[in-house]
Amino acid sequence: MIESLFRILALMRKEMLAMFKDPKSRVSLILPPILQCLIFGYAATYDLNNVPYALVDQDRSAASQALVAKLDGSRIFTRVATLDQAAQAAPFIDNQQAVLVIVIDRDFQKNLSAGRQTPVQVIADGRNSNTAGTAQGYVGTILAAFGQEWRASQGLPGAAVQVTTRAWYNPGLETRWNMIPSLIGTITMMMTMMLTAMSVAREREEGTFDQLLVTPFRPSEIMIGKAVPSMMVGVTQSTLILLVAKFWFQIPFAGSYVILYLGLVLFLAAAVGIGLFLSSIVGNMQQAMILTFVVLMPFMLLSGLTAPISNMPAALQYFTLINPLRYAISITHQVYLEGAGLAQLAPEMLALVAIAAVTLPFAAWMFRNRLT
Amino acid sequence: MTTVEPPVAVAAANLRKVFRRATGETVVALDGISFSARQGTLTAIVGPDGAGKTTLMRLVCGLMTADSGDLDVIGINVAANPQEVQDRIGYMPQKFGLYEDLSVQENLDLYAELHGVTPEQRKAIYPRLMEMTQLGSFTGRLAGKLSGGMKQKLGLACTLVRSPQLLLLDEPTVGVDPLSRRELWEIVLKLVRDEGLTVIVTTSYLDEAERCDHAVVMHAGQVLAQGMPGEITAKAEGCTFMATPPDGMPARSLQARLFQLPQVIDAVPEAGKVRIVRAFAEERNPLALNGAPIPLEAVPARFEDGFMMLFHAVAGGGLRNVMTLDHPPTGDGDTIAVEVHDLTRTFGDFTAVNHVSFEVRKGEIYGLLGPNGAGKSTTFRMLCGLLPATSGTLRVAGADLRTSRAEARQRLGYVAQKFSLYGQLSVDENLDFFASAYGLRGTRKRDRIAWAKQQFELDRFSDLPSGQLPGGFKQRLAMAASLLHEPEILFLDEATSGADPMARREFWGRITSLSEQGVTVIVTTHFMDEAEYCDRVVILDAGRTLAEGTPAEIRAHAHPTEGREPTMEDAFIAIVEESRREQDSPIARSAA
Repeated sequence: MIESLFRILALMRKEMLAMFKDPKSRVSLILPPILQCLIFGYAATYDLNNVPYALVDQDRSAASQALVAKLDGSRIFTRVATLDQAAQAAPFIDNQQAVLVIVIDRDFQKNLSAGRQTPVQVIADGRNSNTAGTAQGYVGTILAAFGQEWRASQGLPGAAVQVTTRAWYNPGLETRWNMIPSLIGTITMMMTMMLTAMSVAREREEGTFDQLLVTPFRPSEIMIGKAVPSMMVGVTQSTLILLVAKFWFQIPFAGSYVILYLGLVLFLAAAVGIGLFLSSIVGNMQQAMILTFVVLMPFMLLSGLTAPISNMPAALQYFTLINPLRYAISITHQVYLEGAGLAQLAPEMLALVAIAAVTLPFAAWMFRNRLT
Repeated sequence: MTTVEPPVAVAAANLRKVFRRATGETVVALDGISFSARQGTLTAIVGPDGAGKTTLMRLVCGLMTADSGDLDVIGINVAANPQEVQDRIGYMPQKFGLYEDLSVQENLDLYAELHGVTPEQRKAIYPRLMEMTQLGSFTGRLAGKLSGGMKQKLGLACTLVRSPQLLLLDEPTVGVDPLSRRELWEIVLKLVRDEGLTVIVTTSYLDEAERCDHAVVMHAGQVLAQGMPGEITAKAEGCTFMATPPDGMPARSLQARLFQLPQVIDAVPEAGKVRIVRAFAEERNPLALNGAPIPLEAVPARFEDGFMMLFHAVAGGGLRNVMTLDHPPTGDGDTIAVEVHDLTRTFGDFTAVNHVSFEVRKGEIYGLLGPNGAGKSTTFRMLCGLLPATSGTLRVAGADLRTSRAEARQRLGYVAQKFSLYGQLSVDENLDFFASAYGLRGTRKRDRIAWAKQQFELDRFSDLPSGQLPGGFKQRLAMAASLLHEPEILFLDEATSGADPMARREFWGRITSLSEQGVTVIVTTHFMDEAEYCDRVVILDAGRTLAEGTPAEIRAHAHPTEGREPTMEDAFIAIVEESRREQDSPIARSAA
């Protein structure tokens, strides 16, 4: 038992040396997660900060002027043209000068004052459905608010129902709050899976794996000795991303670090398990690289990172059950934003344990039993 | 210069080339090399690892330029017009770039296209190449599935597809079995003698140099000697003898002892005796061992003797190769260390190892010999527990390593064919890792690592990444790592493949010394002369045992040749060819 522990420690030391001895490989383990996190944080956001629009104001009344002032004053909408007829608006959309065209009807003020419904037409560039939808949503919010205010200022009775929305856990509904905690799992999964998948493949290619197998190492010891250093790298990378999230993007951390790290360790065990599993079935580094990418892509897409799992076809939803990233994103969201406790996270944690419990022993078995 | 000599094809004068290592130190690869190769002749460049042979080849074909000196190849200044030279010559580097996923024919076509050989020209040259290399019946086979010898022949065919004016071969026979090696040489000699091609070949097989027209002996970037092989051989004339070991002493033990004597320049076991080269021809005093005189019988010198003579003059003797073990294995010599019974391994419908049986006693050196693809490596991998047997039983140190617990593997050491330690880790880090892997700790670990570094002279390389070690030292490090835990049984898979004559003598000196202390050694090798160091050998071909016994028993299979004792290589070729003749019809059927 103690012998076994010393052997594992020796292997871990060797793995760490191999990973960190070369300054280039040291940098490549530390810098990319931070860079990726910053790039995702700034680039991958669905929030709109600048919506160029064209205005067709057929009413030219005090009410329409007030509405335009409210739009222009929102700091989100930028008026690029003021037109007379809706027909003139088409080129602005076609040339992507404007995302929206807002057409104010000529009876706008009259209808408003009479307490009648009044249409405001919003034409959107549907080529980018995400942006269009979000921009339309913003316009709707501004219009509703404007209607309320106008009626109040005219001494008219307010609408019977007033909708007040409040987003829990992310009051500003900022995409970044959703994205960055997800990256803790996503980026470390990419790196650790690649690292483990390559490590055994490299040893096979260079013949050192045979050398390892003729020493007293047991397959399970090799498995642990290979898995733990990769997981340690993964935990370090997660911490880096966490620090960027908290101190650079200033996303408030609501939960318990102990629970978050417990979830991360289980997740990394599952991810490393899949990496070792892939590593144990390939013959060389090139195959390991390709196979890792082939596997990573669906894991990313089917993780809930970009599209909600509940929107996916049923068959794909089943597939997400074996995807450790799905659970990692779910755990980080719940811990980071909601402050969830262990009881709430038990299903995710157990699922990760199950994945690791299948992939790690399989990889260990394959070390010796692969027939080549 | 007389007019009867053919014109010069390659003329090199005072070539100098210096490299700078990543660590900053400079290495003088070529230090004022001058030589010439004449048209239609075969020139051999011989020398130990690191002599600068490959650098010289690369200069000749314009892949590098010399720092100083002049080099004319087929009348062109290479440094000025490398492309013009490359268009006319063929170069086969040590690792020829065959595409392993393409078939034999596709590789040939690819090289023909790369060199702009027209389809008409191909029609003319393909049948000739196929007839020459005997690859005609394998055109559809993937290059990756060819044996080592066939790969080299295909590489040669790909090099010859453009009909070069000059052919450069860099160690073409490394890792090639004796049969394929002989076939390759027949092809090369035919090209020179019948077709008048100019060929320059580098080699560490000294018997190959003997067959050339001109030999250039290199050492440390300089030319030690050049001339007809006979001129090199003549340097040892009158100094070569056969020494008969006293009764009961294996030839290799006598060899190891004689090799230590200052007046003995070279000693190798041969045909149950020891061939020695003495420093001075006129020295007639009998050699004595422990007071008993050793009977000597004068024999004609050969190229290798002259080569060793030259070397001794510059490099001196003093090869350290006596190993001392702290805890030699115990138990008497009758213990069976390795037992293989009816061992069979199949891959699909291909039988790699076919009912092989043998036993190795403790302290024996046992050799597994056979052509490429004979099943040596497969047998080896099964013995080491790296591959399960399909059927049959095997026991190593009393256990089947495949199913035994980790403790059983503690008792064996393994040196793979290819350098397989961690290249990016330093010498110390590698030794430390393998010592820990074998459960060594604390003082004992420190002592064993110190022992290994001292025995293998690795001290000055402690912090060098092992991948950057000079070739011979990689081999030493691999052996050092396998001996840290003082194994009872040592497995060495083609440990001397690609090693130069000095490194091989040193290696065998160590093996002999280990075996004398009771370590059982199992080796595979392509060098038939090395079989003379073994107590017993088994010859495998196509997975079957063809012969087993002591070197003397194996040699008895050879057809008698006039003028000399049959060598191990003669016997090996005779045995394999005879067996293949018997098998001829079934092989022809399966190939069809």
